[in-house]
Amino acid sequence: MTQLESVMAKVRAENRAALIAYIPAGFPSQHGCVKAIQALVAAGVDAIEIGFPYSDPVMDGAVIQEAAEISLKGGTNAADVFAALKVATDTGVAAVVMTYWNPIERYGVNEFAQSIADNGGSGVITPDLTIEESDRWLAATSKVGINPIYVVAPSTNDARLADVTAKTGGFVYAASLMGVTGTRTSISSDASNLVSRVRSVTDLPISVGLGVSTREQAKSLAAYADGVIVGSAFIKLLLAAKTEQEGLDAISHLAKELALGVREGR
Amino acid sequence: MSSSGHFGEYGGRYVPEALIGALNELEIAHNTAQKDPEFLAELAQLHRKYTGRPSIITEAQRFSEHAGGARIFLKREDLNHTGSHKINNVLGQALLTKRMGKKRIIAETGAGQHGVASATAAALMGLDCVVYMGEEDTRRQALNVARMKLLGAEVVPVTSGSRTLKDAINEAMRDWVTNVADTHYLLGTVAGPHPFPTMVRDFHKIIGEEAREQMLALTGRLPDAILACVGGGSNAIGIFNAFIPDRQVRLIGLEAGGDGIETGRHAATITGGTPGVLHGTRSYVLQDANGQTIESHSISAGLDYPGVGPEHAYLHDIGRAEYRAINDDAAMAAFSLLSRTEGIIPAIETAHALAGAILVGKELGPTANLLINLSGRGDKDVQTAAEFFGIPL
Ligand SMILES: Cc1ncc(COP(=O)(O)O)c(C=O)c1O
Repeated sequence: MTQLESVMAKVRAENRAALIAYIPAGFPSQHGCVKAIQALVAAGVDAIEIGFPYSDPVMDGAVIQEAAEISLKGGTNAADVFAALKVATDTGVAAVVMTYWNPIERYGVNEFAQSIADNGGSGVITPDLTIEESDRWLAATSKVGINPIYVVAPSTNDARLADVTAKTGGFVYAASLMGVTGTRTSISSDASNLVSRVRSVTDLPISVGLGVSTREQAKSLAAYADGVIVGSAFIKLLLAAKTEQEGLDAISHLAKELALGVREGR
Repeated sequence: MSSSGHFGEYGGRYVPEALIGALNELEIAHNTAQKDPEFLAELAQLHRKYTGRPSIITEAQRFSEHAGGARIFLKREDLNHTGSHKINNVLGQALLTKRMGKKRIIAETGAGQHGVASATAAALMGLDCVVYMGEEDTRRQALNVARMKLLGAEVVPVTSGSRTLKDAINEAMRDWVTNVADTHYLLGTVAGPHPFPTMVRDFHKIIGEEAREQMLALTGRLPDAILACVGGGSNAIGIFNAFIPDRQVRLIGLEAGGDGIETGRHAATITGGTPGVLHGTRSYVLQDANGQTIESHSISAGLDYPGVGPEHAYLHDIGRAEYRAINDDAAMAAFSLLSRTEGIIPAIETAHALAGAILVGKELGPTANLLINLSGRGDKDVQTAAEFFGIPL
């Protein structure tokens, strides 16, 4: 059982949703990322998603693109991603890596899965890896016992939801809307429809991401989802901060709010 | 090719799940259309009455003196409406867009030729059209930006990353993920996720089918070698496809060598890249040790792309086609040579194929017949060429 699976079981027992925070490795700097992870954990997030910044992030909106660009300019590489993962797992929370496929293939499929496991990681979210291209990856993740986490979208039909979730571990990542990452003023009704369609094909926990930025939104999602994923909202605060401390204080404040939100939905 | 869109270990689909439904819909629409006599007749009629097909073949006799005396035949895709081969694919996909009941097309463009062709088809068929173009390219190809606007399209300058074709594709994919319900992404080359590499090839293979018959009629035999420039690879696969079973015919793709492969500033993806995934397909990619895409460089906006179509990767690996790099300077010399010896100003993209013909002509000598895909005309490049040759504007 991965740490992520334990966390998802624990929050289910507590009758609440998990709060999952996304932060790219090397952002706002290598050191700043370590601080940010520690601040998020101290504020009460249940799991951390470390982003592997990529040059061509087609699933990401302007905010995460900017963070990825800053991180890559700072020279972030695979070793930095695994180091950030270790920082997160050392705090005791569950942690996964989110990455586009090419960096995994380049690093070596088996080697990448092994390094995730070696650094205490629970799994990897692969937003552009389709199940049709997944044979080698599924073999590699199963060998080292980490969760392959796939994203499903409102446009995914029921038959395909069954196929994708059958290959998924840890939780199913449900994209709340048709679109790229970034904060939105409201959560689309697509999210609840998608979650109930996913529920009908799998018993896996379901976490909802894309567009979440407020306690109110976290609360409304927690009513029906097992996890709430927040990324751009934290990054926006870090980008806007005039000093590192100001940014850390801001994400810490937001994480505390969101942690309340995921506990008041039911 | 399998039904999952693989060419050996290349191709396939590496895309957000949100796009799978649209790609399946497109694959079915394309497969159905290819078997539908009505669709094929409608497209053929458009090509006769609108594109100006079949395109002619011109023998370049004065140019040939500079290419070892080999006979040089130019397949004149530059004479198509809108000035390049791109219209073949665009008309096909625009017809499919209407069949799928979608009202809006989006496209990426580098040189602007695909953008102009897309804007043209949208005007003809009453579709809304948004074209994503790297900011750097809007400057290099300002004339084509104006053409697209005159045709009623919206042109969105892309300011992320290298501000060229690669980033325009990223932005188009983001638009598509968001608006896929009513929007078709009219991708302009044989790259991207399945079914694009296969579908775009199917719409361009007419180039080689016509040329094969024309060459047999003109010379009584098949050419010894066929040359085409390779950006994403659509004009090249279009002219290669009909000759792939003719094993004695050499197929030669010319990539953009930029400042030279050794400088690292180039766009020669097969010659200087490694297998990887970019923009939804597995193929050769210019990438670093961490799998990050390396920015490409070429004087030619249409070849300035760090990826290449998966079928080319496959043809390369099995040895059926060869790929060579042509540097900026050699391409521009060939650009000038064709202009002055034949009265044809080629696109700078195409000039890479012409520079390749000079090399291969010298290697094979006067008994060889070379067929070149003259993929586009150079009007859009007048400014770049004038700057390069120091002609005041
Ligand atoms: C005239 C011309 N030739 C070639 C290309 C390169 O594209 P492809 O390799 O897909 O033919 C372009 C692209 O813009 C072009 O405009």
